[in-house]
Amino acid sequence: MKKQGSDTNPAQAMPALPEPLKDLKIKYTKIFINNEWHDSVSGKKFAVFNPANEEKICEVEEGDKADVDKAVKAARKAFELGSTWRTMDASERGRLLNKLADLVERDRLILATMETIDGGKLFSTAYLMDLGACIKTLRYYAGWADKIHGRTVPMDGNFFTFTRHEPIGVCGQIIPWNFPLIMFTWKIAPALCCGNTVVVKPAEQTPLSALYMGSLIKEAGFPPGVVNIVPGFGPTAGAAISHHMDIDKVAFTGSTEVGKLIKEAAGKSNLKRVTLELGGKSPNIIFADADLDAAVEFAHIGLFYHQGQCCTAGSRIFVEEPIYDEFLRRSIERAKKYTLGDPLKPGVQQGPQIDKEQFKKILELIESGKKEGAKLECGGGPWGDKGYFIQPTVFSNVTDDMRIAKEEIFGPVQQIMKFKTIDEVIKRANNTTYGLAAAVFTKDIDKALTFAAALQAGTVWVNCYSAFSPQCAFGGFKMSGNGREMGEYGLHEYTEVKTVTIKIPQKNS
Amino acid sequence: MLRAVVRGSRLCPALLRAPFSAAAASPIPAPNPRPDIAYNKIFINNEWHDAISKKTFPTINPATGEVICQVAEGDKADVDKAVKAAKAAFQLGSPWRRMDASHRGKLLNRLADLIERDRAYLAALETLDNGKPYAISYLVDLDMVVKCLRYFAGWSDKFHGKTIPLDGDFFCYTRHEPVGVCGQIIPWNFPLLMQAWKLGPALATGNVVVMKVAEQTPLSALYVANLIKEAGFPPGVVNIIPGYGPTAGAAISSHMDVDKVAFTGSTEVGHLIQKAAAESNLKRVTLELGGKSPNIIMSDADMDWAVDQAHFALFFNQGQCCCAGSRTYVQEDIYNEFVERSVEKAKARVVGNPFDFKTEQGPQVDEEQFKKILGYISTGQREGAKLLCGGNPAADRGYFIQPTVFGDVQDNMTIAREEIFGPVMQILKFKTIEEVIERANDSKYGLAAAVFTKDLDKANFVSQSLRAGTVWVNCYDVFGAQAPFGGYKASGNGRELGEYGLEAYVEVKNVTIKIPQKNS
Repeated sequence: MKKQGSDTNPAQAMPALPEPLKDLKIKYTKIFINNEWHDSVSGKKFAVFNPANEEKICEVEEGDKADVDKAVKAARKAFELGSTWRTMDASERGRLLNKLADLVERDRLILATMETIDGGKLFSTAYLMDLGACIKTLRYYAGWADKIHGRTVPMDGNFFTFTRHEPIGVCGQIIPWNFPLIMFTWKIAPALCCGNTVVVKPAEQTPLSALYMGSLIKEAGFPPGVVNIVPGFGPTAGAAISHHMDIDKVAFTGSTEVGKLIKEAAGKSNLKRVTLELGGKSPNIIFADADLDAAVEFAHIGLFYHQGQCCTAGSRIFVEEPIYDEFLRRSIERAKKYTLGDPLKPGVQQGPQIDKEQFKKILELIESGKKEGAKLECGGGPWGDKGYFIQPTVFSNVTDDMRIAKEEIFGPVQQIMKFKTIDEVIKRANNTTYGLAAAVFTKDIDKALTFAAALQAGTVWVNCYSAFSPQCAFGGFKMSGNGREMGEYGLHEYTEVKTVTIKIPQKNS
Repeated sequence: MLRAVVRGSRLCPALLRAPFSAAAASPIPAPNPRPDIAYNKIFINNEWHDAISKKTFPTINPATGEVICQVAEGDKADVDKAVKAAKAAFQLGSPWRRMDASHRGKLLNRLADLIERDRAYLAALETLDNGKPYAISYLVDLDMVVKCLRYFAGWSDKFHGKTIPLDGDFFCYTRHEPVGVCGQIIPWNFPLLMQAWKLGPALATGNVVVMKVAEQTPLSALYVANLIKEAGFPPGVVNIIPGYGPTAGAAISSHMDVDKVAFTGSTEVGHLIQKAAAESNLKRVTLELGGKSPNIIMSDADMDWAVDQAHFALFFNQGQCCCAGSRTYVQEDIYNEFVERSVEKAKARVVGNPFDFKTEQGPQVDEEQFKKILGYISTGQREGAKLLCGGNPAADRGYFIQPTVFGDVQDNMTIAREEIFGPVMQILKFKTIEEVIERANDSKYGLAAAVFTKDLDKANFVSQSLRAGTVWVNCYDVFGAQAPFGGYKASGNGRELGEYGLEAYVEVKNVTIKIPQKNS
């Protein structure tokens, strides 16, 4: 097939990768309410660690119920009828989000370095991928702000009927540690674009970049109380949000286990709206007719990206029988190529897991794999003498009933399985409580479209993996979540539809 | 105060009326009444070209009648050159065709940033070439230009195709593809704003453009051309040709390689464009044309506000608005008072040097318009309308006309039927709501309309009954990039702005793929 035109990407090229900052000063460690910094009401603090060397970075104010109450009051006030935020032009909300994107771009190096130190993320990944995605997400939703159209409705009778898409109100947003900044922008951008106010709880492992964003939000010119950020723990601050009687909506990204608690809390309290982005055990199906080089590489990145700490990780790789051995051989070879180490250093390809708890859980699941009869092809243990590093690990001869084929590992552990027929692999791929993502590799148009329809997952990739963009909706079938984030669909989760009907003397078409 | 000023884009008459004597405290920078002219050639492929014929034409300062500078005069040969450049930029595999939609948005946002940077200069240039008061150029025109570009920047990656539940074992979806080479012919009354209205949706959706700017006001558009290059649009994506309608404009509308033409201007020329499209390659046509928009004042309206708005509706921009409220229908019981107050307001309107902050009304754009308007005023008098104020030139040089009000205007008079495009207000009397709806709709035009009333039923009934693309209730000339604008009947075809404005710039392609088995 002839490719027309040039091969160079016409879009703005990736920025050159600078060196990480040498002496990053952590300026923001307090609770952000009403565009001001507050100590915790209890006076408590908690320590934040660098997972690459287990050293303490700093202490952060520990918010709990009392601080959440304070934040909700501020958010409620900012949302009052007649407030600056409520009376602002929608296009001006968009301008503020664009301004925030400009500031993130300005401070890209600071934020990327922070993300690496706090989250163990490779610096190059943080700088190029995470920050790039943050900026694009903010700009994308900036553009939506004045394009969320209500409708006029041809109602029966002599009436004039229209809908208003109104913000829901105070939104509690609880975000995870694997993509601290991206998850922060995925949550605040659609919420603010629709005109809500938010109370965000960042993960206790990675609160620093979110707090830095607090300062940029203030600098961008968002009115006080529109965004409030309370660092703290799930059972205290998180629970206070999900149980709160004055929070209108809660959005959570994290484990399925905690997702259930959030939904239960919403049910027990004020029936707040709930959106959840939870775990996954995503199937990645490789047919014999696929481009093998591309399939091996995508399957590899689809699992090992960010130390395997992705909810979309392609953690069940189903390979068609005729190419199984070759695919396995190449996958092992690819996994063995890794350089582990300090994620700030150039050349390092894999950083540490986020914390000791995750580190132990992953090693425990690796053990279960060995015990249940999977074949350990490489890796399988810790790496180095400090930090939470785990060797890139590949299991073959995995069967569907093994724990490593059913449970989310959230680490650098790849499971490779064999299949024979289309019907069989569809059944096996769908035989899970999860339904976040899935992929199929094939050159056959019929197979590609059959799988696009048959797989029970919120995202299906064909001949690619982890292709994300702010334009595309993302979310889970089944126990991988409720609702969708990103794209136009993401706006629906942040608006109430109000139908207004006015009696008129006479209707005309 | 800054906030109030920024709201100038609402065309808030309170602002426009406010004496600019407080200008020292306002954020409007002092104008340079003699801005340097940097660009006066033809812009093709991100480069500046002389006309192939080597011809030039003068552009005139309407406040003095003096020549500002000579400008390269594009005609058919230059249009051909521009279309070739545009076609090359639109080829499959070109940087523009392969660019991420979000990146097109980024370029449009960058263009908005650059216009914001050069806002004071552009406002001065606009005033010099067009005659509109500098404060208006700066606060209203430039503000709306920037907002329009930012609005469409946001659309670039949000104009979704659909997947379609087609019967049978098929996968069916639509792609919204750019139409291709778009000819865009823009008028002189809002030179920069009309340029933004045209470029915003065309570029957001990935088209390439050959734009002809009005011969009266080519300068600001050419300056923006340079900013388009600076923003980083690939060569050939936007090409701008100053020139005349019968030569350059005709070459665009009858061109076999132009896929779409968009025109804003007179209904008379709109007919020619549509005809040229039909006789050449059936290119898509959108037209924004003339109007004779009714503005209906019910007796229960807030009188102060209605007088204010009706004055503004007509006199804004020296009356040179296609949507001017040029038939003011006033209900019988308030007619006398309304007329009296309207005359008072018109008499108080400050006409003069457009660079002076006190000035509310500058000159008409050129001698031809000036003469045409004075002609209409004589016709009005001859046909029996009552001249209540104004009616004459307002200065010894330049194309200034006194704010003019006619009372006792009848529907069959020329000044009640034809577009005057000048500071001449017609006030008519009506009795009942049914009567006024019929009279308001009795026009070949249907661009805009307004009703002033506090009664909810009347507001709804009238707004649904009027045959016009825009209906304002208790306001006039409220524009925003979010709201579509366009005409019923001979006021035009299609809509600009809003999501609707994107439709004119895409072809919908339906793709259907056979699949082995369908599942919901």
